[in-house]
Amino acid sequence: MRPIIEIEHLSKRYGSGTPALNDVSLSIDEGEILALLGPNGAGKTTLISIVCGLVVPSGGTVRVGGHDIRKDWRAARKLIGLVPQEVALEPFEPVIDCVRFTRGLYGEPPDDAYIEQLLRSLALWDKRDAKTRELSGGMKRRVLIAKALSHRPKVLFLDEPTAGVDVTLRREMWQVVRELRAQGVTIILTTHYLEEAEDMADRIGVINRGEILLVKPKDELMGEFGKKHLTISLHQPLAALPPELAGRGLVLSPDGRELGYDYDSRAERTGIAHLLAEMAGLGLSVRDVSTKQSSLEEIFISLVEEETA
Amino acid sequence: MNWRSVRAVFGHEMARFFRTVWQSLASPVLSTVLYFVVFGAAIGGRIQAVEGVAYGAFIVPGLMMLTVLQQSVANASFGIYFPKFSGTIYEILVAPTGWVEVMLGYVGAAAAKAIMIALVILATSFWFTGIHIAHPFWMLAFLLLTALAFSLLGFIIGLWAKNFEQLQIVPMMVITPLVFLGGAFYSASMLPPFWEAVAKLNPVLYLISGFRWSFFGFADVPVGLSLAAVGLMILVCLAVIRWIFLTGWRLRE
Repeated sequence: MRPIIEIEHLSKRYGSGTPALNDVSLSIDEGEILALLGPNGAGKTTLISIVCGLVVPSGGTVRVGGHDIRKDWRAARKLIGLVPQEVALEPFEPVIDCVRFTRGLYGEPPDDAYIEQLLRSLALWDKRDAKTRELSGGMKRRVLIAKALSHRPKVLFLDEPTAGVDVTLRREMWQVVRELRAQGVTIILTTHYLEEAEDMADRIGVINRGEILLVKPKDELMGEFGKKHLTISLHQPLAALPPELAGRGLVLSPDGRELGYDYDSRAERTGIAHLLAEMAGLGLSVRDVSTKQSSLEEIFISLVEEETA
Repeated sequence: MNWRSVRAVFGHEMARFFRTVWQSLASPVLSTVLYFVVFGAAIGGRIQAVEGVAYGAFIVPGLMMLTVLQQSVANASFGIYFPKFSGTIYEILVAPTGWVEVMLGYVGAAAAKAIMIALVILATSFWFTGIHIAHPFWMLAFLLLTALAFSLLGFIIGLWAKNFEQLQIVPMMVITPLVFLGGAFYSASMLPPFWEAVAKLNPVLYLISGFRWSFFGFADVPVGLSLAAVGLMILVCLAVIRWIFLTGWRLRE
């Protein structure tokens, strides 16, 4: 895959002198979904705003589809669609006019067949003549997506697209994103819902205090940073942990029926085989064994806390 | 140059106007009718003709200018301020659309609306007084140039304003007084020499004077000077708008 966005040594300082971005370099491949995670004020929105042309960078370069966003800004911006964090729509304008307006703004000729297809795919066709103020919050978000896609961009930025959206609608939005990805649209997503990133992203970037801490394929990240938790269910409850098993980091559940054990999935020796053999030697009968991978949320928190420390 | 985006912005703004067309037209027409009743019929009957023109007819160009100036500024300033207020300005700023296209769309629509209202007022005035337009081409040219100049000024006010109070303050505190003191209802030659000299410091006087010349063939200041004044105003406003967009002042902060 060739990169569609190339960011090199990007920095941004606001008037107060506070660095919002510090020497950020990042390459995003065509057709991938990149989730950008970070706490509030980490620099996610600043990064997106610079690439889209909303904020002027203090230094560094950004190319979109090979076009420099400052020297060749018209060609670069034509490739980009943006769904902003805040729902911002003209309240008295009908939905279809809103979408047509954005398409015209991008210099595209009218194409009512495409607009119809777009609105149908976002379940907005029945609401095409409704004024945007009459729509529910979820529908308004979908109108924003329709506007961002009205000129058929190759890159779509979704800045916290499901913030404040209920669970059902969030899942609908994820479906929309998956369909876009299937059409070859590159998607850059910022989110606070780590479940969202875990579910959809190909790669995950973590940003904090204006610096990219890491960018890795999601599976690699989960494997590299992911700890696993082993739960051993026992046939007979234990009153206390046998002294022979002490010092292994085992935790006995209050009812004495389960033993918990954290281990590093990357380690050559996890100690599980030795543990099970030792338990068998002690006459402890095992009823069931299950493992659980750390969630992205836990990985994210540990990364940010490590960097902050 | 992205003409489709100019058309998109222009069409978007005109659609807003036509959504509330009666409201947009009724208010200025009603105000003008009241001016005709008060200044034309009630007071005008006691004022002698100015340069041979009945007072009721004499004030028509001034009333048209008053409306054009107020409407141009109000339409253009609101047109660009509202997207800033509602947050939809982001899509103007991220689109492959330069400052010239954005400005042409908003200013063109504001000027078009102001001119339409001015022409409705002209049509209305025929009910109250007999008018002969001496130079119809120049009347339209002055109307167009003045609407453009003040729409550009309104556009700057809309870009500058951070709240609705600021949006109102310049039209209310600066433009309306300048129009009233710029000879909308009198000729500068009717003033004592000292105040005539002071009045000539008012740029709006040059616009009203040129416009009145296109109607009646006489003016307070040379017509060339009126054209130069409106041309200079357009150039200064264009330079300021270009600077705002290129630096991102109050737009990309």
